[in-house]
Amino acid sequence: MSAGPHYTLYHPRWHRRRVSVWWWLQKRSYTWFVLRELTSVFVAFVAMVYLWQLRALAQGPDAYAQFLARLRTPFFLTLDTVAFLFVLFHAITWFNLTPKAIVVRARGKRVPDWVIVGSNYAAWLVASAVVALVLLRG
Amino acid sequence: MERITPLLWLLFSTGGTVAALLLPVHLFLTGLAFPLGWFDAPSYESVVRLMARPLVRLYLFVIIALPLFHWAHRFRYTLYDGLQLKHLTALIAILCYGAAVLGTAVTAYLLWTI
Repeated sequence: MSAGPHYTLYHPRWHRRRVSVWWWLQKRSYTWFVLRELTSVFVAFVAMVYLWQLRALAQGPDAYAQFLARLRTPFFLTLDTVAFLFVLFHAITWFNLTPKAIVVRARGKRVPDWVIVGSNYAAWLVASAVVALVLLRG
Repeated sequence: MERITPLLWLLFSTGGTVAALLLPVHLFLTGLAFPLGWFDAPSYESVVRLMARPLVRLYLFVIIALPLFHWAHRFRYTLYDGLQLKHLTALIAILCYGAAVLGTAVTAYLLWTI
């Protein structure tokens, strides 16, 4: 048939279908993945609110009262509820993924995944209790 | 860029751990429980008194600055992959890490002068 392969100077361009920007809506696992990646936006939002709180605190009691009043508006209550759900989602996925990111060895044996995940949740419980205690007692 | 990648990854992972351990409880109280009146929010005076402690300032620095770097790193890749913006690599990196550095500087300044 053909008289041997033709060698060309350039690499041929393969045919590639363009992927839609909405590729992550086509499969549930992809959607969860993108939602997990988007948690970072809410993490940054929360950090910015605390930065704003610091500024209000530096400006004095009136500015601080104004800041607290802002947080009571439906807009911020809604935003904070959504942000809380995303931050919670971040925490759970983060704790569950750690055994895949780090391998811990003790006495030559690999520490099982559930021990690492379990200690994450234990640390979470302790940290949450300490923060809650300080904030609630003032 | 290549040389500081390990540092950026370290900031991403410590920031992610800080955000996972501390932000849910802190946000639940300050963003929902206090504004909705489920618990009494600490008064201005008691917040100022708390802020006098170096450990509290360190805590605030940690829960603001490190999560910002976590965001910068993760959001950078979200933009590349999600919106297929591979050609804007350098610009996106500068904007993301730049915002995190700026936020950290402002936080440090406020905590220093407060």
